[in-house]
Amino acid sequence: MNEMKRSAPQPLSKRATGIEGFDALSGGGLPRNRTTLVMGGPGSGKTVFSLQVLVNAARQRDEAGIFVAFEERSHQVMANAATFDWGLPALAEDQIYILDAHLSPTIVQSGEFDLSGILAILKAKQEAMNAEWIVFDGIDVLLTLLRDPILEMREIYRIRDWLADNELTAIITAKMDSQASAVANYGFMQFMVDCVIRFNRRLEYGVPAHRLQVTKYRGSDFASGEFPLSFGISGIEVAPPEPPEIIHEASTERVSAGFERFDIMLGGGLFRGSSTLITGAPGTSKTTLIGKFAEAACQRGEHTLFVSFDEGADQITRNLSSVGIDLNTHIQSGLLRMYSGRTEAHSAEEHLIKLRTLIREHQPRCMVIDPLSAMAKAGGIGAARAVANRLIHMMKDKKITVVISALIEGNDPQMEATDLQISTIADTWIHLSYLVRSGERNRALTIVKSRGTWHSNQVRELVLSEAGPMLTDVYSAGGEVLMGTLRWEKEAEESARQKQRQAEFEHKQRDLEFAEADTQARIKALQLDLQRQQAELALYTLAGEARILSSSERENALRRIRGADLSTRMESAATSLTPRETS
Amino acid sequence: MRRKPIVIPSDPAAVTAAVVMRLYVVSGAPNSVQALANLEAICQRQLKGSYQLEVVDVLEQPLRALADGVIVTPSLIKLSPPPAAQIVGNLSDKSKVQRALGLEEKIV
Repeated sequence: MNEMKRSAPQPLSKRATGIEGFDALSGGGLPRNRTTLVMGGPGSGKTVFSLQVLVNAARQRDEAGIFVAFEERSHQVMANAATFDWGLPALAEDQIYILDAHLSPTIVQSGEFDLSGILAILKAKQEAMNAEWIVFDGIDVLLTLLRDPILEMREIYRIRDWLADNELTAIITAKMDSQASAVANYGFMQFMVDCVIRFNRRLEYGVPAHRLQVTKYRGSDFASGEFPLSFGISGIEVAPPEPPEIIHEASTERVSAGFERFDIMLGGGLFRGSSTLITGAPGTSKTTLIGKFAEAACQRGEHTLFVSFDEGADQITRNLSSVGIDLNTHIQSGLLRMYSGRTEAHSAEEHLIKLRTLIREHQPRCMVIDPLSAMAKAGGIGAARAVANRLIHMMKDKKITVVISALIEGNDPQMEATDLQISTIADTWIHLSYLVRSGERNRALTIVKSRGTWHSNQVRELVLSEAGPMLTDVYSAGGEVLMGTLRWEKEAEESARQKQRQAEFEHKQRDLEFAEADTQARIKALQLDLQRQQAELALYTLAGEARILSSSERENALRRIRGADLSTRMESAATSLTPRETS
Repeated sequence: MRRKPIVIPSDPAAVTAAVVMRLYVVSGAPNSVQALANLEAICQRQLKGSYQLEVVDVLEQPLRALADGVIVTPSLIKLSPPPAAQIVGNLSDKSKVQRALGLEEKIV
């Protein structure tokens, strides 16, 4: 041991645990050939974590491991592991050896003992199976029998030296009370080992919240916060740290929101990879709209994930089939994956981890969550908000087009903001409301916002039929919006009025035509009259002229006859009567 | 301590009452050395040689220890007469050892 080679410092080599989130936050896993201490209270997940690391190493990289169970019998360990999809019995044949290191209560203790015996056994086992991993689970159970802190420490150092000599990547689990202070006797272990992970289980708003924190990692960076974890079918799932910078590609591709009229309202559909929020009171058809979107996605042949809370998948497909939305075909073809989560007693974090697993498994291009607001039911609104935020960012990272519904109690338009405060991060926000008038409750759809695209700012009535949802115009009359029967009446009325107007118009047209014809006729008659009068006038003028001419000639002749000497005066008098009056 | 099992021949007269024991040790470990010394002292004084003791070095026969469910060393297993018993530790608490081996009535 003292002859350890002093080679040039190299970056710490790590071994992946196969737990995605943990490998992310620890920068690659556990330190190779070193010891990691896993501390935590009862039921915090220490044993599951350790065993899962062995299972993953064996399954993913064919690395053998030894699990030394100080606390439980090996068959109990196997039975507990049977709840996960690890296939431990098969692995236990040659890749994972579970050593029963549980001291029987009938054993008599007389004086001091040490662990050299078990270490010799383990050494033999390691060589036989070429093991690279080892877990000491619940070593404190055995060591407390020594009843002497100094002796306990001595045995722990013995283990450390043995591990260092044998090139094993080791995990030692130890109990810690929930008050975050290590059990006094094992405090020094934290200094001794290279990596310390704390598991924590506490109640938040009555819901158990599991957390994991790396508190020490020699020679390596690590994400230092507390990270939520949950237990799924594959064991522990850890929520990885989120990168501080948002890097989302913004697509200009449009996908259908479900049906044509809706797409038109949205200026051509939803952007690929965008997030859409549908808010509304209970019964405003949020699920129907969401179902239509999911169906349209499946019809395009895209993998789709339908997440519902507090409503069974079967019930949803049945209900949606009544409005002409067929999801069953797509479920059977494997395109559509339904997941129904139960919200009581599960924190939002756990749901997030579950959704992350589902996304990894199903690789959806479109996803719906109905309703996201249900996540806030257990575990407090603060946590749910953070989770909703992260969920939307996660889906953007993965370019998943998502439609989320959120329940809004009441129907006050001023209260359209959601409890989860996701309306600010959603790209498109559609609000569904009721209009109650004349004994009817009708659904109205409005697009509150839609980033980066033209969209209709008009309210539309959402009508459900066996053929699916559709949008119809609404009437506004006297400052009021009419829907349902009132709209229908208004439409009928409008149609009747239209016919009447048409008839009136035609009538009027005919009237005018008649009047025109009449006028034309009268013009014709008058013209004839005029011609006649003109002719008469011409005739009369001609006769008048003739008479004037003959009488003036006669006067001139008389003057010449009566006074020849007055000829000069008579010249001028020919045009007036004045000379005749003076003469 | 050598690998060889140390078998102390029993007194032919006491064969029926012979105590058969197996002691798992790690050669050279202080607790193991002490345990063997303590055990031999008890046996010499109370069993007067009517016992069989096999000493197994775990470093040399680890799988045998594993088969016997030995976790810590030293570990003493009483094989017969029944009931079987296992005692861990350096056997410094003699009364406990005697009780476990069924020798308490002989304590004066």
